[in-house]
Amino acid sequence: MIAPIHDLLLLLVILTNFWVLGTTRLSATVRATAIQGLLLGLLPVALHPGWTAHTIGLAVGTIVVKAIVLPAFLLWATREAAVRREVEPLVGFSASLMLGAVAVALAFAIATRLALPDVPTRLLVPVALATVMVGLLVLTTRSKALSQVVGYLILENGIYVFGLSQAERVPFLVEVGVLLDIFVGVFIMGIVVFHINREFDSLDSARLTELKD
Amino acid sequence: MSLSSVVMYLLVCALAPLLPGIATRTKSLLTGRRGSPVWQLYADLAKLFRKGAVYSRTTTLVFRAAPVVLIATSLLAAGLLPLDGRSALLAFPGDLVGFAGLLALGRFALVLAGLDTGSSFEGMGASREVMVATFAEPALFLGFVVLALATGRMSLEEMLGVPLASVWSGSAPSLVLAAASFFMVLLAETSRVPVDDPATHLELTMIHEVMILDHSGPDLGLILLAGSLKLALFGTLVTSALVPRGGMAPFSSGLVLIAGLVVIAVGVGMVESVMARLRMNRLPQFLVAASALAGLAVILELQRP
Repeated sequence: MIAPIHDLLLLLVILTNFWVLGTTRLSATVRATAIQGLLLGLLPVALHPGWTAHTIGLAVGTIVVKAIVLPAFLLWATREAAVRREVEPLVGFSASLMLGAVAVALAFAIATRLALPDVPTRLLVPVALATVMVGLLVLTTRSKALSQVVGYLILENGIYVFGLSQAERVPFLVEVGVLLDIFVGVFIMGIVVFHINREFDSLDSARLTELKD
Repeated sequence: MSLSSVVMYLLVCALAPLLPGIATRTKSLLTGRRGSPVWQLYADLAKLFRKGAVYSRTTTLVFRAAPVVLIATSLLAAGLLPLDGRSALLAFPGDLVGFAGLLALGRFALVLAGLDTGSSFEGMGASREVMVATFAEPALFLGFVVLALATGRMSLEEMLGVPLASVWSGSAPSLVLAAASFFMVLLAETSRVPVDDPATHLELTMIHEVMILDHSGPDLGLILLAGSLKLALFGTLVTSALVPRGGMAPFSSGLVLIAGLVVIAVGVGMVESVMARLRMNRLPQFLVAASALAGLAVILELQRP
């Protein structure tokens, strides 16, 4: 038998992580997170094939927020701020790709030691951990504020994947609340990005250390 | 070794020069030109083998030996692959290292020949070629590790042959990742866009072309022939990882391989018409990405219960 569909989705999530790590164009990283959001939206349906209102609602909510609204907003912010590329990341692109591969290996090593009750597939926890680590990597090593927002989104995606292992136990309202939080968070970040750009004519967050009264 | 493997070996060696032609033709059609005929390389080879060779007085035996070493190693390496899907001409445990080593030896001879001309221009090409090889080889080996883990064998004949067919469906995701990584290595090893541009004659961007600039006549013919053979070899790796042919009859298996090689040549042409050459300092990133894909596949294989 060919690998089940949810394993393929999880694999594609890792590949989108690599894509974000390896590309310089900001619009491409935003598009990668949009695709990741879509994959995450499909995951609960693939993992729990019961078609309950809970999983369907979770899937639709995730796709609308993570694959459509947030990427569209971030693309708007990229256009507004007229930044195209991540020019000088703290860690180079080849090095961050290698670190990403190390993160995946580490995630798999850690996941085998975690004792969790009835995880639906053995790929779920390692992919969640790897995505969190990649998000952290992007968040800390990229200098453009927009890339950092993307990193935050990926970090949150990892936490979402981890939450899926217990999706049947988490009340629907909590999930919706989390989605709303992210939405508001990214919205505020977008406005901050916009203001940084207007104030400094650049999105380089390193410039923020020069703030004076 | 079986009759079908000998027939396939001769067939692949005879058809290999078609592949660069197919890639070039795809590129011309996609960019709205007519392009040279698919069998252009055969015509070029026929022309080059009729010509005499010109040797610079600064060159030594190293320069003259390089094309012969290159073609010999390429032909030997082809003998290690199970071209009919079952058996190779030559197989022993650990011959995957031999495969990579033979290809590396051929490249080493060519690099030495480039340096032997004494021209700084060719030396530059040689150093770039070695840089590309340095980054391509880890990806190739990681891909081999995936195949070895999936099948539990250490010989290319078995890693790509019958044992692979029986385990293929169980480790399909990692094998597809390995095939993708092999394809990226193929683009680098055969000096194709986005790593190198076979059509360029601008010295600042050339890698492989500049290294063989001083070879002429039959020598250049041998180098071109070996280049097309290399495309066929890596194409065989990609095809075998994607379509397990161990269970097929020799005839249909051979047909699948040739169809796969044609598809890969078309794919190379398509990549060339939609992508630009990468800047020299972005090259390592492309090949590190290939290694990362293969590394992910290795991790998946290690995790397979």
